[in-house]
This record gives sequence, C-alpha cells and structure tokens, in this order.
Amino acid sequence: MSYDYDKWLRPGKLPHIWCPGCGHGIVMKGLIRALDICGLEKKNTAIVSGIGCASRLPGYIDANTLHTAHGRAAAFATGVKMAKPEMTVICCGGDGDGTAIGGNHFIHACRRNIDMTYVLMNNHIYGMTGGQFSPCTPTGAKASTTPYGNPDPIFDISKLAIGAGATFVARTTAFHATQIDKLIAEGIKHKGMAIIEVVDDCPTTYGRRNKFRSVIDMMKVLKETAVPVAAAAKMTADQLEGKILTGVLYKEDKPEYCEQYAKVIAKAQGA
Amino acid sequence: MSSAKIEVIEKYCKGCAICAEFCPTQVLEMDAFVVKVAKPEACIACMQCELRCPDFAIKVHKD
Ligand SMILES: Cc1ncc(C[n+]2csc(CCOP(=O)(O)OP(=O)(O)O)c2C)c(N)n1
Ligand code: SF4
Ligand code: SF4
Ligand code: SF4
Ligand SMILES: [Mg+2]
Repeated sequence: MSYDYDKWLRPGKLPHIWCPGCGHGIVMKGLIRALDICGLEKKNTAIVSGIGCASRLPGYIDANTLHTAHGRAAAFATGVKMAKPEMTVICCGGDGDGTAIGGNHFIHACRRNIDMTYVLMNNHIYGMTGGQFSPCTPTGAKASTTPYGNPDPIFDISKLAIGAGATFVARTTAFHATQIDKLIAEGIKHKGMAIIEVVDDCPTTYGRRNKFRSVIDMMKVLKETAVPVAAAAKMTADQLEGKILTGVLYKEDKPEYCEQYAKVIAKAQGA
Repeated sequence: MSSAKIEVIEKYCKGCAICAEFCPTQVLEMDAFVVKVAKPEACIACMQCELRCPDFAIKVHKD
C-alpha cells in the first residue's frame, strides 16, 4: 500500500519549498513514519525547530509545532518538555542551526538528558543563506565563504552528542530512507536525550560548488560511504577513512531531567 | 504483469530523478523535468521510489 502521509501533513502546503533532490523531504517523510511507528497522537506531539531550510520542516506537519529563533530549537523544546512532560517533544533542524549558532543549546540539552528526540539534518552547509561553511563542512570543501577550500576540521555531531551526555545517539543518511524512520522511532521511545544525525544533501549550495554533477551523484556517495556499525567493527582505521558510520552508535540508561526536576519541586514543597 | 500501479503526482514532481536512478528494474524515466512510468510491467513493487521521493510525488499502489 502507498503510505498515507496526508494525515500528518497540514492541508494545502505541498509542494514544499525545498529544492529538487534536497534530502530534507526524505527526512520529513521518515519522521512522519516514525510518528506512526510510535503510535503518537497530534495533540501530544510537539515538533520544534530553529531557522534554516531544515528548520522549515515543522511548518508542514499537522501537530503542535514551533518555528523559533536561529539555533534555539533545543532551548524552546526544553521549555515545552518542562511545562508538559507528558508530551513527545521532537526537535529538528540543520547542522548550522544545531552546531554553529545553536551549539551551546545543543550540548546542554544533551548534558541534561532531557527526554526528547533531536533530528539533525547534516548537509554540511548553511543552505538557506546561500552556502556559507558550517562547523560540519568537510576540511578542504568549498563554500561561498571558503572559496579556496575550508581549512577547519569538522565537528563529528554524533561524537559531540555522546561526549556532551546524550544517552541515545544514532546516524543514518538521506539515502537510507527506511533506517530514518526506524532510528527516529527508537529515539522517541528512548527515555532521555536522543540525537538522530541524518547525513543529508544540499545539491544547490554544496553539491554544485564541490563538483557533484547532480543530486544523483550526492545520493550515490551517501549510499557507498555508509557503513553499518556492526560491519565497521571488523574494519581497520584505514578502511574506515571517509566512511559514514550508521546505526545506533550509543545507548545508555541514565536519570532523565524532567524526573530529576520533579524531585526538586517535591523537596522544595516539603514532600 | 505487475500487481502494482505507479501514480506520479506531476504537480509535486521536481524532476530530481532519484526515483528513476535507484529503481532496480528501470521502470521510470525522466521526461524533461517530470518522471514518467516507462515500463510499468517491469515493476516489482519494491516501494523504493515512493520511499525516496523527497516530494511526495510518486505512489506505489499494490493490490
Ligand atoms: C540570529 C540569526 N543569524 C543568522 C541568521 C541567518 N541564517 C538563516 S538560516 C542560517 C543557516 C542555516 O543552516 P542550517 O541550519 O545548516 O540549515 P540548512 O539551510 O542547511 O538546512 C543562517 C545563518 C538568522 N536567521 N538569524
Ligand atoms: S538550498 Fe540546499 S538545503 Fe536549502 S532547500 Fe535547497 S537543497 Fe535544500
Ligand atoms: S516500486 Fe520499485 S520497481 Fe516499482 S517503480 Fe518503484 S522502485 Fe521501481
Ligand atoms: S523522486 Fe519524486 S520529485 Fe524526484 S523525479 Fe521522482 S517523483 Fe519526481
Ligand atoms: Mg545545513
């Protein structure tokens, strides 16, 4: 059966604004399937974003959605979750939004282990504003602000999240559509901060500058460089050079922030 | 004969060609900026085109 996405889409919003072949649309569909896998209801689901092409995602979804300030998705989402702990709270946004201007909010939400799921679409660039480099632009790659090649090393988002204290960290790519819904659903079911990094493509501002002839070339690279964690365990460091590790990278059970905070409230009220 | 029917919603299709490129049996072909179902009988109903279309523009109806 053809999948019924319509029940989670705001009527009359398609076609969406994303460019031909932009992976953000593939991620949005994966997120919708994940909402169904988890059996969520619109009234108990909040989807929060910052600013950027990726951050336009919640505008298409028929649930409680917030399109907030650049880099502040995790901060607004923390507010929603603290006020309504019974709600499923999902953040989404780009690499620029989440790791440049919003890097601070991102790491502290991870550190608190608050129960939410953050879908970070990493297309290695500031797509919306015309292709400036982000902390996730590969070393040597071209951006409008690095015309001679980027001298900076990158943030590995998943490692950053693990180091900061997130208790569920997974990665996939826009090519691996069926893994997107599975990992987001696992993240939603996990109690604590779940980061799902989706390595994504921006053909318009990144692909063109970096000698990808088309979106198909970008998709082929995602397909060919992805290595599932189980297979990676049997490979050498040399063999793993330039590969994208996919699957659940980290998982642990630790006290969740809203529950810890509820104890503080109870104590303060003399319970 | 395939038991699936492919529906292209032309007003949503942006012509990215992802569906056509990764169809395992080359059912789909690009016609300028819209995808066309060129060989419907070859479809094995694997759903990959529908799953990967970023634009909600292609649906696989299985009986
Ligand atoms: C405070 C502030 N600074 C800068 C901007 C300009 N701006 C808008 S989107 C964006 C980057 C978005 O990049 P990313 O989050 O990676 O999303 P993408 O467009 O690549 O999906 C920037 C710098 C802004 N809107 N607000
Ligand atoms: S500019 Fe890049 S990120 Fe933005 S919609 Fe276009 S392809 Fe997607
Ligand atoms: S369902 Fe599979 S075989 Fe049929 S057109 Fe789509 S990708 Fe090709
Ligand atoms: S993947 Fe979707 S938007 Fe791209 S060509 Fe196929 S039907 Fe059109
Ligand atoms: Mg980006």
